[in-house]
Amino acid sequence: MPNGRMEFMGDIYSIWLREMIRYVRARSRVVTSLITPLLWLIIFGTGFSNSLSFGAGGTTNYINFLAPGILGMTVLFTSMFSGMSVMFDKEFGFLKEILVAPVSRTSIVVGKALGGTTQAAIQGILILGLSYFIGVRISGTLGLAAALVLILVTMFFIGMGFVGLGISIATRLENIEGFQVIMNLLVLPIFFLSGAFFPVTSLPNWMKALVDINPLAYGVDALRYAVTGLHTYALMTDLAVVIGFFVLMTVVGSILFRNVR
Amino acid sequence: MKAIVTKDLVKKFEDVEAVKGINLEIEEGELFGLLGPNGAGKTTTISMLCTILKPTSGLASVFGHDVKKEPSTVRGMIGIVFQEPSLDDNLTGKENLDFHGRLYKVPRNEIAERISDVLELVELADKADVIVKKYSGGMKRRLEIARGLLHHPKVLFLDEPTLGLDPQTRLHIWEYIEKLNREKKITMILTTHYMDEADQLCDRIAIVDHGKIVAMDTPDNLKRDVGGDVVIMTVPNGSEQLKTTLEQLEFVKSTQLVDGTLRLSVDKSETAIPVFLDVARQEGIAVPSISLHEPTLEDIFIKYTGREIRAQEAAGGFAGHGPGRR
Ligand SMILES: Nc1ncnc2c1ncn2[C@@H]1O[C@H](COP(=O)(O)OP(=O)(O)O)[C@@H](O)[C@H]1O
Ligand SMILES: [Mg+2]
Repeated sequence: MPNGRMEFMGDIYSIWLREMIRYVRARSRVVTSLITPLLWLIIFGTGFSNSLSFGAGGTTNYINFLAPGILGMTVLFTSMFSGMSVMFDKEFGFLKEILVAPVSRTSIVVGKALGGTTQAAIQGILILGLSYFIGVRISGTLGLAAALVLILVTMFFIGMGFVGLGISIATRLENIEGFQVIMNLLVLPIFFLSGAFFPVTSLPNWMKALVDINPLAYGVDALRYAVTGLHTYALMTDLAVVIGFFVLMTVVGSILFRNVR
Repeated sequence: MKAIVTKDLVKKFEDVEAVKGINLEIEEGELFGLLGPNGAGKTTTISMLCTILKPTSGLASVFGHDVKKEPSTVRGMIGIVFQEPSLDDNLTGKENLDFHGRLYKVPRNEIAERISDVLELVELADKADVIVKKYSGGMKRRLEIARGLLHHPKVLFLDEPTLGLDPQTRLHIWEYIEKLNREKKITMILTTHYMDEADQLCDRIAIVDHGKIVAMDTPDNLKRDVGGDVVIMTVPNGSEQLKTTLEQLEFVKSTQLVDGTLRLSVDKSETAIPVFLDVARQEGIAVPSISLHEPTLEDIFIKYTGREIRAQEAAGGFAGHGPGRR
């Protein structure tokens, strides 16, 4: 039914558009959320650069090692926040306006996810651009164009996945207080155990196991491969995991969203 | 075809049965009111009709489309102004409407005109590009009404449309509601716990209490049903004997004693007051005030439930934790 599909795409676009208008309007938040990762990158990157280097013969300095981790962090935080903004819609009543409209629940979830991912990608690209000025260079074995494509593709799938996770959690939370708890008890560990800061190959087994089940670890690994050429997992494994994560979270998010009130 | 039909509609939450078998038949073009105190089940009933809540049992349909089986068809035909705010505060008035228009598939070549039409109607045209955060409560309410109309719904639900608004804004909103019902022939279902609102606006009213309809008719018929006039006396505590005595009088049709207020519906209102005062004096009861009025919906509510709507309002609603407007 092509008409139905047209409507489905239209609904996704409508939901996406609202997310983007809100994003553009929240300029101060956008700027703040750029400053934090850049500060991490400057302070940690510079602080450790002289004492740490990676890769064969220590060719990759720490700031280049850290940059893809910071990209991953930006995508993680932006997309989780965006997914969990469903909570604010619930709190402020706007969710009812969407739920009572003649649109499919799946198009709402996909539209939200695309909105959050677009924001995450914009943030990521801005950070990547700005990090050039503090010495970060794309210097992997891939050519520049291929590296950029890989970065965008990876950001897209982990972005979609984490918005989906955020939406799923938001549908289960009763009130806005849960938001902080989730941020501290789930999002921070996901970030710290993603290999964003340190190589995960020499970790103790229990910690390595946690990293291995963390979808962000594979995203960071793919980003790091694009930026520096270093990697822990095979690129195909990275892509398979982030795509699998995206599909899983979109399905779970859509199912949970069906019962939201 | 009927605009709305419900048959033994029931909604149970974990600990309460909010709606206990409601039967409605609402005609196309009718302005129908659900009148009842806080916690009566009005919002729950409307939520089932507009597919936000699933009925526990019973049937509900909008123009013949079952809300359980064809929720998307129903959603396409209705508009709703929720009891609680439901605007995106970070968008402008126009952007809120534009988003709504997209969700409801208003043709893109008509959208600009429709937005300016509905904004004109609720007198917000000059505020179209202002962020909703900066709107007053009354402006937000009017914008929500405008939004409910944007897609030309066949049925518009208005859940406590004037709750918490100042008297002037209320009158304004009443005017819009009447105009829309008259000019656009939109079927409207309005809930309220304001007697005057139901009386003034509705063609027909269902009085709802504890999840059930206790009376349903036109406001005039309902009032006729109480009959005669109503005398209201303020009496001290322990005036049950006075009530019993007055009840014996031949021209007294019914009596209600609620919280120090004795209501008597009477046939011969001119002679009733002196007689009542005489009886009270004989019983040694001081009556600080006595008044005569035509029956209102409040009298009908008291007749059917033995309580005042207003008293429950003051006590914060007898349901306890009914959702309030933030
Ligand atoms: N989501 C809910 N969960 C549990 N109880 C509810 C819920 N919504 C409403 N109720 C209860 O159902 C009853 C009817 O509420 P409601 O339909 O909101 O009444 P009204 O709109 O007439 O004020 C109240 O006792 C209220 O506390
Ligand atoms: Mg209500």
